[in-house]
Amino acid sequence: MTLRQTPSQTVGPYFAYGLSPEQYGYDFASIAGGDMAPAEVEGQRIRVEGRVFDGAGAVVPDALVEIWQADAQGRYAHPSDPRGSNASFKGFGRFGTGTDKQNRFIFDTVKPGAIDAGQAPHLNVVLTMRGMLLHAFTRIYFADEASNATDPVLHLVPEDRRHTLIAQPIGGNVYRFDIQMQGAHETVFFDV
Amino acid sequence: MTETYRARDWAGQPAYLSPDYKSTPLRSPTRPLIALPQSLSEITGPVFGAEVVTGDDADLTRNGRRNGEPLGERIVVTGRVLGDDGKPLPNTLLEVWQANACGRYVHKADQHDAPLDPNFLGSGRCATDSNGVYKFMTVKPGAYPWGNHHNAWRPQHIHFSLFGPSFATRLVTQMYFPGDPLLPLDPIFLATPAATRNLLIAAFTLDATEPGYALGYRFDIVLRGRNATPMEA
Repeated sequence: MTLRQTPSQTVGPYFAYGLSPEQYGYDFASIAGGDMAPAEVEGQRIRVEGRVFDGAGAVVPDALVEIWQADAQGRYAHPSDPRGSNASFKGFGRFGTGTDKQNRFIFDTVKPGAIDAGQAPHLNVVLTMRGMLLHAFTRIYFADEASNATDPVLHLVPEDRRHTLIAQPIGGNVYRFDIQMQGAHETVFFDV
Repeated sequence: MTETYRARDWAGQPAYLSPDYKSTPLRSPTRPLIALPQSLSEITGPVFGAEVVTGDDADLTRNGRRNGEPLGERIVVTGRVLGDDGKPLPNTLLEVWQANACGRYVHKADQHDAPLDPNFLGSGRCATDSNGVYKFMTVKPGAYPWGNHHNAWRPQHIHFSLFGPSFATRLVTQMYFPGDPLLPLDPIFLATPAATRNLLIAAFTLDATEPGYALGYRFDIVLRGRNATPMEA
C-alpha cells in the first residue's frame, strides 16, 4: 500500500509562538530550545552559533534551526539506537533567529561523539523559514576533528564545497557555523 | 538490521524555487541536493508524544483564556497520522499554530490591522493515540492580507509541525478549509503540484462535529513510511 505523502508548506513568518514560544517570550511552554544539555549531562560543553544568509547576503531574521544529535558517547536517544543514551540528554534543540541582536541561532550543548567507526562527529540540521516551501537538511561537522578526513558523508560532497559543512572554533568552546542559502559558498543541503 | 524510510515524494512537493511566492527566489537552494544514504543519524530523531501535551494544550479555545472565551467559530480538527506505507503512527506529536478568527496572529511581527483576541493565543499541541488519531479544538482562523503582491490574501489555514518517527520524516505544512475562494489565488497553495494540492484541504465532516458545540473537520497527514527492506546496521 502506498499513500501520497502530505506536501510540505512554509513555516511562515509567525512560527515563534507555536514552535519556540519561550525563546520569544510568549506564554506557552516550549518543547525544546537552544539550551540542550542539562547540567548533569556528561560531555564537553560547546556552543554552536551562526547566522543564516539569503541570496542577497542579507541576514535572515525569521529562520528556524533545529538540531538533532548524539550524546557525547555517540548514542541517540531513540528506540532505533539500541545502545540507549545519556539518560537526561534528549539530543534535540530548536532556535529561531529572531531574538538575538545579531540574528544568530545559538545552541548550548555537548559535543557529540562519533556514532560508529565510520562517521565523524556531527549535528543533524533541519532549516526552515518564510520563503522555504519545504525544509532543508544539512549537517554540522567540527573543524578540529581528524576523522572528518574519512567521513563517508563528507566524501559524497565535492571537495570545494565541504567547508560549508564545517563549523570553525572561534575560542572559548564556541563554534561558528553560518548557513548560506545561495552564492559561491552555498551550504550543502541533502536529500535525506 | 535497522529500518529506513521511503524517499521523499519529490513529485508531490512544492519546489524550493516557486517565483510567484516572492520570498522564495533569495531563500531557495540553487545547487542540486546531495543524496545522503540514511544512517543512524537520519532514522533516529527526537521522540515527542503525549508526555509533552499537558493541561489545555489541545484546546486552543481554552489555553489562551484570560477573562473569557475567545471569539470565533469553534471547530474540532481531527484525523490520522500515517506513514505512506499505510501504517498509522501512534503517540506522535503535532504542534499547531494559527491566526485568530479575525486573521491576526499574536506574533509581534504581524501588523495586520485586525483585532487581537485577549483570550486566544493560537498555538497548541496534541498527540496521536494508539490508532494514529489526533484531535484538537480551536476556532476557525480568519483570512488575512499579506505583502506578496497587490491585494494578496492568505486563505484560512492552520500550521502543522510533526517529526514522526525519525528526523527523515519531519514535516511542516498547512491545513486549508474546503471551499475557500482564496485557494485558487494563493501562490503558496498553488506552488504545490496539482496532483497533491488537495491533500492539504481538510474535509468537513458531521462525524467529527460536536452537536450544539463545534463543527468538525478531518485532516489526515501522511509522512514517509518505512521501507520494506531494512538497511545494514
